[in-house]
Amino acid sequence: MIIADKKPIEEIIEAIKDYKKILILGCNECVTVCEAGGKKEVEILASALRMYFLNQSKDVKIDEKTLERQCDHEYLEEIRNTVENYDSILSLACGVGVQFTAEKYHSTPVFPGVNTCFLGATEERGVWVERCQACGKCILASTGGICPVSRCAKRILNGPCGGSSKGKCEINKDLACAWQLIIDRLKALGKLDEYEKITPIKDWSTDRAGGPRKVIREDVKQ
Amino acid sequence: MNIKTPSKLEKILASGQLAVTSECGPPRGTNAEEIIKKAKLIKDYVDAINITDNQTSVTRLCSLASCIHLKLMGLEPVLQMVTRDRNRIAIQSDILGAASFGINNILCLSGDHQCFGDCAKGQNVYDLDSMQLLQTVRYMRDEGKFLGGDDIKHPPKMFVGAAENPFADPFEIRAPRLAKKVAAGAEFIQTQCIYNLERFEQWMKLVRDRGLHEKVYILAGVTPLKSAGMAKYMKNKVPGMDVPDEIVKRMASKPKEKQPEEGINICIESIQRLKEIEGVRGFHVMAIEWEEKVPEIVQRAGLYPRPKE
Repeated sequence: MIIADKKPIEEIIEAIKDYKKILILGCNECVTVCEAGGKKEVEILASALRMYFLNQSKDVKIDEKTLERQCDHEYLEEIRNTVENYDSILSLACGVGVQFTAEKYHSTPVFPGVNTCFLGATEERGVWVERCQACGKCILASTGGICPVSRCAKRILNGPCGGSSKGKCEINKDLACAWQLIIDRLKALGKLDEYEKITPIKDWSTDRAGGPRKVIREDVKQ
Repeated sequence: MNIKTPSKLEKILASGQLAVTSECGPPRGTNAEEIIKKAKLIKDYVDAINITDNQTSVTRLCSLASCIHLKLMGLEPVLQMVTRDRNRIAIQSDILGAASFGINNILCLSGDHQCFGDCAKGQNVYDLDSMQLLQTVRYMRDEGKFLGGDDIKHPPKMFVGAAENPFADPFEIRAPRLAKKVAAGAEFIQTQCIYNLERFEQWMKLVRDRGLHEKVYILAGVTPLKSAGMAKYMKNKVPGMDVPDEIVKRMASKPKEKQPEEGINICIESIQRLKEIEGVRGFHVMAIEWEEKVPEIVQRAGLYPRPKE
């Protein structure tokens, strides 16, 4: 899922302080699971902002709404009839949701309430870790199911580099060396000989390098 | 191993003589005199001089320009190139640029992560890794082609090297990793600084067991310790460095003013012992900001005079 983290409230206030009718728009998908932008976080942020404006003696209306998804036209349509009641939207969805909302409601300012961080998983409650960088050409089949693109600080495809020490990465002693993990896993699979295959130069055109990406599936297109 | 390039380093290695290389770090400014001065200190005692490429990710005068300064002095530079800062266009272009100045040696590295340097908030590139850089230089040289497939008019004739750390983790892939670098095209190897000779000997045995010592010239890396403090720092703070306790103790047993001399002694003794190891074809003397000691080390280790070619 997409992992996001709450923006500092000071930054949010700086963005919305001049608006009078604000809709805080949550999303019931990834940001709910990573506890950054679901119904609960919408409530907490709304309370905090109401208190802030009250202390400032400002009369600001703050409403709350959480959609099933903000990355889907269908669900975004749910606010079609009420959006004109607001002079701004504070979206707690990921960057995708913020943009989709902004595209749909062209004349309403939309502000992000979270920082979109990465594609990851919940390691334990309150700890989310990166596992994918959506490079567009998955190589997990040859790396024991462990991704050096997202988990090696240098995205090295023939690792480890000289900075791997006692299983940890040179940039941070708490960070596992992806290549140590790959080697351990290849060993567990009885495939350590595969380590000696040189991974060829990667086609990064399916990654960020190729510009904004699009997947078109004629078989499911309507 | 047949000679494939105009490199002086390659000729010396191919002749069976022990080669000696050293390295200099470029200045953090535009005064080329700093690199020229360092090179003058060591030039008669080494066969080739590596120029580091923004080592530890600290921005410096570029390796290529520094190599050109050395070349203009009639010396033999080894262009160090990291893949951290350049994509495949810049890499190929810099290789052509270097070759156009008669720079005939390249050391292919991935480079330290940028978080260690003065631009910790910058991007890294890593379009290629060090192994793929080896493949790239060899492809450009041997096939005479760019990565994109077009022919190169006058391909670069470079002798291609890589670094290897016999002490890094995990130990079980140290020899396979060298095999991989050789398969990718490495013709010479400069190793990480060696203090733990027993572990190095174990590694060399693994290397010989696979016959790799006959496919690649291995230059053993040595760095003289200046002080007990430096020994402790290398032991505890530098990733992938293996400094045995005896070395730290030996340095600490001397009064401070005698420690530099002891460091030089240890370095020379190491070279003597390394000379005995089958497959060691030369030495890479990294006297970090202590270039003036290179002549003494080379002379006392019995590696002087250097061959004319």
